[in-house]
Amino acid sequence: MTRKALLGGASAAIIAALAAGVGLADIRTGDSLVINGEIEIITETAPPEHLAGVFNTIYSGWVFRTDETRAMQADDFDNPGMLYVEQGIEAFNTAMGTEGNSCASCHENPESLADVRSTYPQWDEAHGEVQTVEMQVLECQTERMGVAEPYGYDSQQMRNMVALIASVGRGQLVNVAMDGPASEAWELGREIYYTQYGQMELSCAQCHENNYGNLIRADHLSQGQINGFPTYRLKNANIVSVHGRFRGCIRDTRGEPYAIGSPEFVALELYVASRGNGLTVEGPAVRN
Amino acid sequence: MTQTRRQFVGSGLAVAAAFFGLPHIASAAQLDEAIAAFTGGSDMANDGITLIAPEIAENGNTVPIEVDAPGAAAIMLLAAGNPNADVCTFNFGPAAGSHLAATRIRLAGEQDVIAIARMPDGTFKQARQTVRVTIGGCGG
Amino acid sequence: MAENVVPRVRVPRDASAGESVSVRTLISHPMESGARRGSDGNLIPRSIINRFTCEFNGEMVIDVTIEPSVSTNPYFQFDAVVNETGTFAFTWYDDDGSVYTDTADITVA
Repeated sequence: MTRKALLGGASAAIIAALAAGVGLADIRTGDSLVINGEIEIITETAPPEHLAGVFNTIYSGWVFRTDETRAMQADDFDNPGMLYVEQGIEAFNTAMGTEGNSCASCHENPESLADVRSTYPQWDEAHGEVQTVEMQVLECQTERMGVAEPYGYDSQQMRNMVALIASVGRGQLVNVAMDGPASEAWELGREIYYTQYGQMELSCAQCHENNYGNLIRADHLSQGQINGFPTYRLKNANIVSVHGRFRGCIRDTRGEPYAIGSPEFVALELYVASRGNGLTVEGPAVRN
Repeated sequence: MTQTRRQFVGSGLAVAAAFFGLPHIASAAQLDEAIAAFTGGSDMANDGITLIAPEIAENGNTVPIEVDAPGAAAIMLLAAGNPNADVCTFNFGPAAGSHLAATRIRLAGEQDVIAIARMPDGTFKQARQTVRVTIGGCGG
Repeated sequence: MAENVVPRVRVPRDASAGESVSVRTLISHPMESGARRGSDGNLIPRSIINRFTCEFNGEMVIDVTIEPSVSTNPYFQFDAVVNETGTFAFTWYDDDGSVYTDTADITVA
């Protein structure tokens, strides 16, 4: 037997251990999440058209968590992710760069950006590429504000700002466009989603499409939806970006991850976001 | 010298333990000391105090805990399996509206969480619950 | 020294005399336990909030002694009885000697 076959056999065994098929037996569905008693979150709904036949229902990652973790997201005071949103608000109102402008100089208040999170990544005509919220923030900093040292793509400051932008869009229906000029990136993202990576030879789909609800060690696999990002993870005691999570997943396959902010991860983000069309923005969500 | 795979893995673990300094887990003696410092070795009743902790915590970093001991002067929280068993002590003042308090604590693995209430008359009550801590599937 | 330490408190705006009201507090703080090692292999020195107090009109509501087993961003919830209109005073004590404070007013009808 070749080494490759041995490894392949091992990963097949792992998947078998996960048990074939979807197991929602010990996941309690049907609960509703209302944040602060006013923001209604859609945690389960019919899948978007492109996933017809793949899922009967798409679920927010919230559904896969324990009562304690779920409750932390239901009230902004209990949600530690909101601490980072507050830091984002401070940065939003602070002048940066040679033009002497703050985010508020153009955007007035964060609420004016309520439609952003639900529609990104999206095609940017001027730059001829699909852009994430992070790329849009960087564009503002470098092209309009004259910031010499813009935020790192996955820096704390960037995650704070993106968490702020997500927070004001909570409850909005995720609705990213996958057609027209965005279709090329979407197709690339789709291809990456179904490609097996690393020594474990695992694709996104093997865990999050074929085995959601099943246990991976002592943890329930979710559908891998990203409508709750940036997400406060109990594990990190901090907010985590979409690309940071992608990197972690690929690393766990014992593969070499794409770079954060790379065209591959942007494409994957667009595709995965489109799998959540119909759910609502939750960032900063609380997850384990 | 030949070495079995098991010996090799074992020695690797020992080296790793020495290198990373695996957390020192509280000895039973340290737990007993912490309790004795609070109770002076008094007997403890097992009623009149409620400890609410999840049976299964999704992550040991942030485990919500609630204690309620009507009439208590103070409530001490302990985590029997942590490097240091002491977690915190709530001392209730005259303006307290109840003798309930909630917080979030760290648990280094499955262990007993213990709450001990000191009553104004110098008696003590205790409650204890085992909390299992989930080992996540993904380090990502 | 801990950075971005910001206290947050939540109490009801009003209450009736003698009512017991729920108080929630949260402070952003890493609560470095002193048991972790940094990338250089050396222990990261302990840096925690070691005490938290809440008073109402000068009277103690709760006084908490805190050890490293309390989570990052320490969170406390408790009840206070309010007999008159007044002010809650919250104080957090840091290992490094810093003291953080916040207040909240409540109207008693």
